[in-house]
Amino acid sequence: MSEKTDKTEQQRLSVFKTYKLYVGGKFPRSESGRVYEVTDSKGKWLANAPLSSRKDARDAVVAARKAFGGWSGATAYNRGQILYRVAEMLEGRRDQFVREVADAEGLSKSKAAAVVDAAIDRWVWYAGWTDKIAQVVGGGNPVAGPFFNLSTPEPTGVVTVLAPQESSFLGLVSVIAPVIATGNTVVVIASEKSPLPALSLGEVLATSDLPGGVVNVLSGKTAEIAAPLAAHQDVNAIDLAGADDVLAKELEIAAADNLKRVVRPQAVDYSRTPGIERLTAFLETKTVWHPTGALGASGSSY
Amino acid sequence: MASASAFEYAPAPESRSVVDIAPSYGLFIDGEFTEAADGKVFKTVSPSTEEVLSEVAQAGAEDVDRAVKAARRAFEKWSALPGSERAKYLFRIARIIQERSRELAVLETLDNGKPIKETRDADLPLVAAHFFYYAGWADKLDHAGFGANPRPLGVAGQVIPWNFPLLMLAWKIAPALATGNTVVLKPAETTPLSALFFADICRQAGLPKGVVNILPGYGDAGAALVEHPDVNKVAFTGSTAVGKAIARQVAGTDKKVTLELGGKGANIVFDDAPIDQAVEGVVTGIFFNQGQVCCAGSRLLVQESIHDELLDSLKRRLSTLRLGDPLDKNTDIGAINSAEQLSRITSLVEQGEAEGAERWSPACELPSSGYWFAPTLFTNVTQAHTIARDEIFGPVLSVLTFRTPDEAVAKANNSQYGLSAGIWTEKGSRILAVASKLRAGVIWSNTFNKFDPTSPFGGYKESGFGREGGRHGLEAYLDV
Repeated sequence: MSEKTDKTEQQRLSVFKTYKLYVGGKFPRSESGRVYEVTDSKGKWLANAPLSSRKDARDAVVAARKAFGGWSGATAYNRGQILYRVAEMLEGRRDQFVREVADAEGLSKSKAAAVVDAAIDRWVWYAGWTDKIAQVVGGGNPVAGPFFNLSTPEPTGVVTVLAPQESSFLGLVSVIAPVIATGNTVVVIASEKSPLPALSLGEVLATSDLPGGVVNVLSGKTAEIAAPLAAHQDVNAIDLAGADDVLAKELEIAAADNLKRVVRPQAVDYSRTPGIERLTAFLETKTVWHPTGALGASGSSY
Repeated sequence: MASASAFEYAPAPESRSVVDIAPSYGLFIDGEFTEAADGKVFKTVSPSTEEVLSEVAQAGAEDVDRAVKAARRAFEKWSALPGSERAKYLFRIARIIQERSRELAVLETLDNGKPIKETRDADLPLVAAHFFYYAGWADKLDHAGFGANPRPLGVAGQVIPWNFPLLMLAWKIAPALATGNTVVLKPAETTPLSALFFADICRQAGLPKGVVNILPGYGDAGAALVEHPDVNKVAFTGSTAVGKAIARQVAGTDKKVTLELGGKGANIVFDDAPIDQAVEGVVTGIFFNQGQVCCAGSRLLVQESIHDELLDSLKRRLSTLRLGDPLDKNTDIGAINSAEQLSRITSLVEQGEAEGAERWSPACELPSSGYWFAPTLFTNVTQAHTIARDEIFGPVLSVLTFRTPDEAVAKANNSQYGLSAGIWTEKGSRILAVASKLRAGVIWSNTFNKFDPTSPFGGYKESGFGREGGRHGLEAYLDV
């Protein structure tokens, strides 16, 4: 590159991105029309993120519920391919996420790159789980009678996730991928302080063959958005990863109203390969009985 | 009433130009194509035309040794890779297969003779799915139920048949690599091409050299591979006779073995079965891939009370099957894979007639060149007939009858084999009762010939041992 070109590049004014929510496969602004200022770790302005309202939260639940039938009804193989596609798309936008994660979490470029790489690999990890979890946690049961008896896991339904506050991207991916891998749909509240990687992830999901509404991303005040979601009668489960102890207790009480499945906040090292806890947390077990009968009148066996 | 002549189909050939077959191919050893040590080559032909497709290097014992050494060298690094990295190689392979599936489908149809409809809609999607599935296991072996951190065996020697060349390759290579083994694979002498194209896919995926080695060749190369002292695992799909020879060869060694061998699957149709569906199932059960399927439903066991009705329907349906150019998208029945196989089918069918069974085929014109056999069924078959006992591995169905479920089970189990069976009835409890009595590894109820990478496949009795596919398929490649 010549000096002249460098100069021209320096002088060019960059185009800012308007960060928007990702709901029902579309990119709306908050219906409230409100935004809040997002800064990097040194306090420098990065963007104005949508400040989601209760109405945004309810809209997101409607979108997630609408998507549930199709997504949970898709074959596990199909879901696996789509999750893998997310990894492919993310790999192509790696530089963007490295920049956003570095800004959001105050990391060096190389540390941010390691975080983004781990997040991409995490999608691959969960892509492989879609058609295996049933083989690990399901199976035939040898009941003491002439019955076929089979237990299979099924997705719980619409899951609200409070994304981790500190790990704005790897943490986020680590909590939403297991939820959707098994066929649930999700409403996720991005890290309050660092919502930008989550909002950008919406753009990746939108181009990964993931049906609209399977993942819905909200940004804003975690406590403000989480309250109506924890109390929402059409939400089946809630992951409190991004709540502090006080908020977590409050939300768990609200969640009890329709007996949501609750995952309490816990210390997680998101850089480590996860187990299957976050997969099984949002699964129901369905057991089917059927008589095996006997052969003819004699009932003789071989 | 539908008949073949009532509807004239215009030819709908798939284009051959999507695949570029080189005039010659080498052995694929240590990431490179190389000639055989003794310079031997053999020709591979298109069974539907007898046209020579390519000339292929023929592996001998010396080449086997070279390939096993390359696989051994590659094993240390490959098995030490984190599972998540091995997974990504396999995901790449799965994706490249998806991308190139049209090309590979045409190639497979040319080299094997099976209809493009099947390679396009069954073989290739299953091949990609198999790699996709096992890719996901590579970093999850701790969860597979074999204890923490299960270890690979080492070098796997794999010998595969010609009936589903690329699919059998996938069944062998995907679980082997996922678990950290390296591979020397010998495709069948009549269908080496798709395995050689797979070598190119390994190149595109950036797979480290030596992890996969492909040795086209004949039985002697297969035997040398099984025999090689530095092979830790033998996986074979093919005839029961060769399977027994392999079992003898590995006796007294530490080699772990899985064998997927012959079958004489019973398709049992009860009087309450939905007849039209059952007829479709019986037809796909035996005429899919010209019946050259180890799990084919080659014995039809029909309840006596519906025998005539079912046979009428079945004959009517067989009259509508279209036999001919495998590349034509309308073709139902393609060519028999080789002259040798054709003569085996022909002689068994002649024996069937000689022993007194009644032979029937629909009016069916056979092409003048290539290896062809018309869809055939035998009635008045008894359990003592050769065609009711021996695997024909061709488009030949033997029809027997039964009166009670007990009798159906007894007849179905009256076989040296135990690979597959089908049950057709509306009654769920009967399905489960009969299924629990059948001595076979795969039971299809109200369907037939269904395959999925998540579903274990393999036989009882002389149909072999070990399972391929599913979580169970990992065990064959792990030191457990």
